[in-house]
Amino acid sequence: MDQQTRIQADQVSYTYEEAAAPALSKASVTIREGEFVAVLGHNGSGKSTLAKLLNALYVPTEGKILVCGFDTAQDSHVWEIRRRAGMIFQNPDNQIVATIVKEDVAFGLENLGVPTEEMIPRVESALAAVHMSRFADSAPHMLSGGQKQRVAVAGILAMEPSVLIADEATAMLDPSGRREVLDTVRALNRQKGITVVWITHFMEEAAEADRILVISDGQIVSEGTPREVFPHVDRMRELHLDVPRMTALAADLRREGMPIREDVLTVEEMVKEVERLCPLKSAT
Amino acid sequence: MSIEVRHLTHTYGEGSALSTVALNDISFTIQEGEFVGIVGHTGSGKSTLVQHLNGLLKPTSGQVLVDGEDLNGEKVNRRVLRQRIGLVFQYPEYQLFEETVAKDIAFGPKNQGLSTAKIDARVHHAMESVHLDYQKYAEKSPFELSGGQMRRVAIAGVLAMAPKVLILDEPTAGLDPRGRDRILSMLEELRDREHTTILMVSHSMEDMARLATRLLVIAEGKLVADDTPRAVFARPDLLTRIGLDVPEAAKLCAALRGKGYDLPPDLYRMEEVRNALLALWKGADPC
Repeated sequence: MDQQTRIQADQVSYTYEEAAAPALSKASVTIREGEFVAVLGHNGSGKSTLAKLLNALYVPTEGKILVCGFDTAQDSHVWEIRRRAGMIFQNPDNQIVATIVKEDVAFGLENLGVPTEEMIPRVESALAAVHMSRFADSAPHMLSGGQKQRVAVAGILAMEPSVLIADEATAMLDPSGRREVLDTVRALNRQKGITVVWITHFMEEAAEADRILVISDGQIVSEGTPREVFPHVDRMRELHLDVPRMTALAADLRREGMPIREDVLTVEEMVKEVERLCPLKSAT
Repeated sequence: MSIEVRHLTHTYGEGSALSTVALNDISFTIQEGEFVGIVGHTGSGKSTLVQHLNGLLKPTSGQVLVDGEDLNGEKVNRRVLRQRIGLVFQYPEYQLFEETVAKDIAFGPKNQGLSTAKIDARVHHAMESVHLDYQKYAEKSPFELSGGQMRRVAIAGVLAMAPKVLILDEPTAGLDPRGRDRILSMLEELRDREHTTILMVSHSMEDMARLATRLLVIAEGKLVADDTPRAVFARPDLLTRIGLDVPEAAKLCAALRGKGYDLPPDLYRMEEVRNALLALWKGADPC
């Protein structure tokens, strides 16, 4: 495993106790430093199982996972892994433990035994990175869902992780809350080079990723950039997944014979294609 | 069954230092068979509004009339009126509690004092309405089901009380695309086959574009628009200003019009936009 590899899963399977079939079956994936990887799959596809394996909450039944070089199957590595690969979950109310925002952010550091004089600046800079400094002394229950999720992100950032794993972190938020959390994490990815594994049901979020993994029935069934994955509209629908609306529209138009690019993802790109194919007559 | 809201105002913590006006002089009337979408930013007052419609909250001033009867009137049988207006809360699956799916759904009609045969018929019908096979699921524990299925059990529990009006607060939140589509097509059928009056609170403008026949737009406790989806989505600036999304089809249409393309200003369904683009491309319209 080279220096730039953050996560390496090799032929990983996981079977829940008493389950007939594995939840994840022979999954192999390599995620490199600074990548933003979206994971798509319907409920029960195995994507949350994958997330929990990456964070050493579960240990593979078969195969091996290395996170920042540490084998998740070794008990002695668990804390090294959790410190380097932080995880945020779906429900903002289930992951806040303290009654004041800055104490919540400090929680992980306290567990690591970080001295107070070092803890304070780390908490401050983590809150600044998610634009929540002015709420440092607020009570978490006064915050919106999006703000709570950003506090959860700050709690992980304070640990100075290499990898952030988000398991449907925007599912319970309204559209503006979703935007604010995704933008925050995207900025951390670009500016601090934090590797992100972003599990989501929202195809518009996945469209902004560097790479997409599609999981179905415990297997990785498709992998590539959004432009490579989404044009397979029929295949995605068979897997009970959406594609971005503009990609679906492009597929419909192509079916009618319009020679539009199949990998259109956004409204802006669709406008460009329309301008290319139906140029406006110059103003008279 | 009609619902009329007259000058409804609700103030939380009235008289205290923290008093907030959540709803400010709202009036509208909903007729039988309408599918009304209620949209607004988080904190706009939409959940406060729906809790007034079945009497969970009392207006600070103003009235809610159900078929002409004041829901908060002194002589009114609130219990009966409430049964006719079913409210499905956000994440209703958290409220499931019984051992089996059938028992959980039967809880409401049982409280209505119906006979066993009637309760059974209600449970069967409700499960059919939410597309859960009776043979397969009736005797299962609701906690063995997927999130989307659990939510449909919870909705069936409300439908089993045979409400005339169904109110749903964010019924698709947190579901995967398949779970979401199942809920939406189920609501579509209730609207078309049973003519149930439906009010749905949602942040998803795409869901609204698909289902609603009318939209109520709430911002800061006020009703800022009450119109067809076509008319509301033709005002993307209004929606954006109050922090709401616009359906992608309407966004594309607005962007192309901005470039000078001659498209109707009020397209909001993807099929309409597709047809308009095909017409452009085939040169049926001057382009």
